[in-house]
Amino acid sequence: MIPLVSVVTFLPGLAGLALLLVPQRADRVLRPAALGVAVVTFLLSLPLYFGFDAELIGYQFEEHGRWMPTLGVSYHVGIDGISLLLVLLTTFLMPLALASAWGSIEDRIKEFVATMLILETGMLGVFVSLDLFLFYVFWEAMLIPMYFVIGVWGGPNRIYAAIKFVLYTMVGSVLMLVAILALYHQYGGATGRYTFDLPVLAQYVMAPGRAQDLMFLAFALAFAIKVPLFPFHTWLPDAHVEAPTAGSVILAGVLLKMGTYGFLRFCLPLFPDASLAFGPLVFTLAVIGVIYGAWVSTVQPDMKKLVAYSSVSHLGFVMLGIFTLNQQGLVGGLIQMVNHGLSTGALFLMVGMIYERRHSRLIADFGGLWQVVPAFSALFLVVTLSSLGLPGLNGFVGEFLILVGAFQRNPWMAALATTGIIFAAVYMLWMYQRVVFGEVTQDANRRLADLTTREWAVLVPVVTLIVWIGVYPAAFTGKTETTIEALIAQVQAKTSANR
Amino acid sequence: MDAIVFPPVLIGPLLPTLVVLAAAALVLVLDVVPWAIPREVAAMVALAGMIGALLATLARWSAPGRAFRDMVVLDNFALFFNVVICYAGALIVLLSMDYLRRTGSESSEYWALVLLATAGMMLLAAAGDLVVVFLTLELMSLSLYVLTGLFKRELASGEAAMKYFLLGAFASSFLLYGIALIYGATGTTNLDRIAAAIASRPRDPLFGIGLGLLMVGFGFKISSVPFHMWVPDVYQGAPTSVTALIATGSKAGAFAALIRVLTVTLRGVPPDWAALLWVIAAVTMTVGNVVALAQSNLKRMLAYSSIAHVGYMLVGLVAGGVGGAGSVLFYLLTYTFTTAGAFGVITLCERARGEAVEVSDYAGLARRHPVLAAALGLFLLSLVGIPPLAGFVGKFYVFGAAVRAGYFWLAVIGVLNSAAAAYYYLRVVVFMYMREPEGAATTYASSFAGSLALAIALLAIVLLGVMPAPFVDLAQAAVAPLLR
Repeated sequence: MIPLVSVVTFLPGLAGLALLLVPQRADRVLRPAALGVAVVTFLLSLPLYFGFDAELIGYQFEEHGRWMPTLGVSYHVGIDGISLLLVLLTTFLMPLALASAWGSIEDRIKEFVATMLILETGMLGVFVSLDLFLFYVFWEAMLIPMYFVIGVWGGPNRIYAAIKFVLYTMVGSVLMLVAILALYHQYGGATGRYTFDLPVLAQYVMAPGRAQDLMFLAFALAFAIKVPLFPFHTWLPDAHVEAPTAGSVILAGVLLKMGTYGFLRFCLPLFPDASLAFGPLVFTLAVIGVIYGAWVSTVQPDMKKLVAYSSVSHLGFVMLGIFTLNQQGLVGGLIQMVNHGLSTGALFLMVGMIYERRHSRLIADFGGLWQVVPAFSALFLVVTLSSLGLPGLNGFVGEFLILVGAFQRNPWMAALATTGIIFAAVYMLWMYQRVVFGEVTQDANRRLADLTTREWAVLVPVVTLIVWIGVYPAAFTGKTETTIEALIAQVQAKTSANR
Repeated sequence: MDAIVFPPVLIGPLLPTLVVLAAAALVLVLDVVPWAIPREVAAMVALAGMIGALLATLARWSAPGRAFRDMVVLDNFALFFNVVICYAGALIVLLSMDYLRRTGSESSEYWALVLLATAGMMLLAAAGDLVVVFLTLELMSLSLYVLTGLFKRELASGEAAMKYFLLGAFASSFLLYGIALIYGATGTTNLDRIAAAIASRPRDPLFGIGLGLLMVGFGFKISSVPFHMWVPDVYQGAPTSVTALIATGSKAGAFAALIRVLTVTLRGVPPDWAALLWVIAAVTMTVGNVVALAQSNLKRMLAYSSIAHVGYMLVGLVAGGVGGAGSVLFYLLTYTFTTAGAFGVITLCERARGEAVEVSDYAGLARRHPVLAAALGLFLLSLVGIPPLAGFVGKFYVFGAAVRAGYFWLAVIGVLNSAAAAYYYLRVVVFMYMREPEGAATTYASSFAGSLALAIALLAIVLLGVMPAPFVDLAQAAVAPLLR
């Protein structure tokens, strides 16, 4: 039996380290080699999807290895309906991100591709870890390659953005480390078995109260910063705008999902009482994020910044879905994570393409692009509509399910959140109108070239998935429903056991 | 009147130290023999002394021995520290070889003094009597005072030596006064007998004051706040290889004695001293980190960062028990390799006007010397506590011990400190990877021995980070007998 999860997780990172050894004179092989590794990783992750039994509760493709037995740390990885989609999203976006950097990153290629591939291992490790120690190792280790991607290959203000990104994330995650240790000792003290194993710890019914609340808050802070939940979002516009296109795609597409994934994977099953108790607070912050993100996006003069703030809004929807704690909301939240990864990833890709041609991202510098680059404009339209949630495309499915779930929990909040969709239409369509429609206002835009073959190859897979999820979401939601049902049942069982 | 009975002389428990002392003597003899001897020989003898001591230490593992009426106790605790100190000493010898030649200060005294200081540290870890603690502390400190002033032509080096000497002498007198008071209170200087004498009357004020003064002396040597004032000037002014020795070996030796004195003498006493250490730990790591944020000199920054790391180690001591003390031992192991590595990179960087000591001197290093930059980057990331490097596991154990012992908020202060520390460590990475040099660039001073030392340290921090379990078990097994 091939340890498929481990192979998928570690292949990119090890290949990345190996690429560091490529001598200077042979650096022409770097881009194709890195892209090849990413594509192979994606292909290897496909058996996870096809081999995944959607009817089973629990983890599949599990691997158990000894690591530090005296401490209760083991190498335990596996996949369930929640992590499956995120693993696939990661392996899917990475080749696209690398391909998008083909023409735009010229400086220190070797370090760039190695960093990106090591980053992929870090992200996949976060999604497949079933041991809290192992999870924390990946969670923290992943910061460093992202720090380099922003800080070395980013825009003019990159160093500030990179440091801000690391410090924000560190503060949240070190408190989570204390909470992990507290949970470990509480469980060990109560049962005599000291372990960091997540499935074991998830069985533990912790008494509600101050200890559980504090642990929940420590975990939640780490994840809320990553999501980012309002008011912890201020690192995001800086990091997104300064990062190179490939970095922005990965940042928006995958990294933000690590926060929402953390809520699903750790906060809900480990601290169900506290999740319920703080649910209304998170709900409120999520709705504020939805509306605030949309409003701030509306007034952005810079396309990349607009897309960055729209992430705050979209991730607010995901958080709303997760904390509905019902089937529709949670499935919607999960599928919306994938949707946001695809549509925002695609938006960053396309903003990057236009920036490479024109060296500007200001909306005011464009206008009438349809006449100059019709193919680009058409694909841009699909992606824009997907991002604002047009029925028939992927964004609608997630947002609809989330709002159905949210309405059952709190109709007023759901109604407020719905305005976020309206504002999404405002800022996306208004931006699209100013950039693409009308007359060509600036001479510099008259000679822009339309999509190249490489760019087609990058965009077609994303747009295909955008349409596919929009038309037939069951291919993806079907894999997750059993897992989500089990999660809800677990939360309910644990909270009612404490009543 | 009783005749004076000489204790039997047992060489065994002293063997590791004797190897080092023999090497020191040999170095001095080689300097005065009439025929010409290549300069490299002294360095080789020093290296052989360190490796020999390491082997002697390993050979005596799990064979505890006591000598000179329990004045020297070579148990696994002492052996663990001896391993740390021997590694530190060997790395420093390797780093010094080309560094001294480059700076034109090669001399046999240097090697002899490094060996003598190392011998002091090793015996300090094995001291079972307060008199031996004092003697070995002085052997270590006096050697280090001289080494600090090795760059005779540089004002900073002389100034550092002077400050180190004056403040160190102060600390020693506090220590001696504390020993005298404890002797007055208990009638003995032997740790076991102090513990027995104090168990029946734990609130003896004379003993309390004596222990307090002893703590002042140790506070100086391990550089905990508020006794840390000498650290930045000495670390900055001393030759970098000597700074590395002060930051690693001397700290390990002093910590060994501190842990042994506290855990052995206070075995039967309720742990109210932990409350005091709690405050010292919290203040030490916070002051160290906050002041390090403002430093532009790399050696000075690492000096303040080393103060902060002492704070983390004190957290483990506050937690107490096998887990807490064991976590300090493991932390020192990781810290020694990381810090020796970080200072080691500085010894390998040179500029037209001398050493590359400003953080801005490292601008663009990654482009010209990627391996060197990556090495320094990894050492700094290990100091931040980024997994899977050794520094992370060290912090994980220390804070884990604190949480287990119920010092939840101390752990929170600790982790927030380590998050803040990321800023100044990563600032160096920013310069190396994200900025270009202004004016003359820093170049790599080619050195095989130095590169070998860095390779060993790098291997160690990766190994200790990925496979820490066996070493943690060793550390915990080493402290367990002390607590019995």
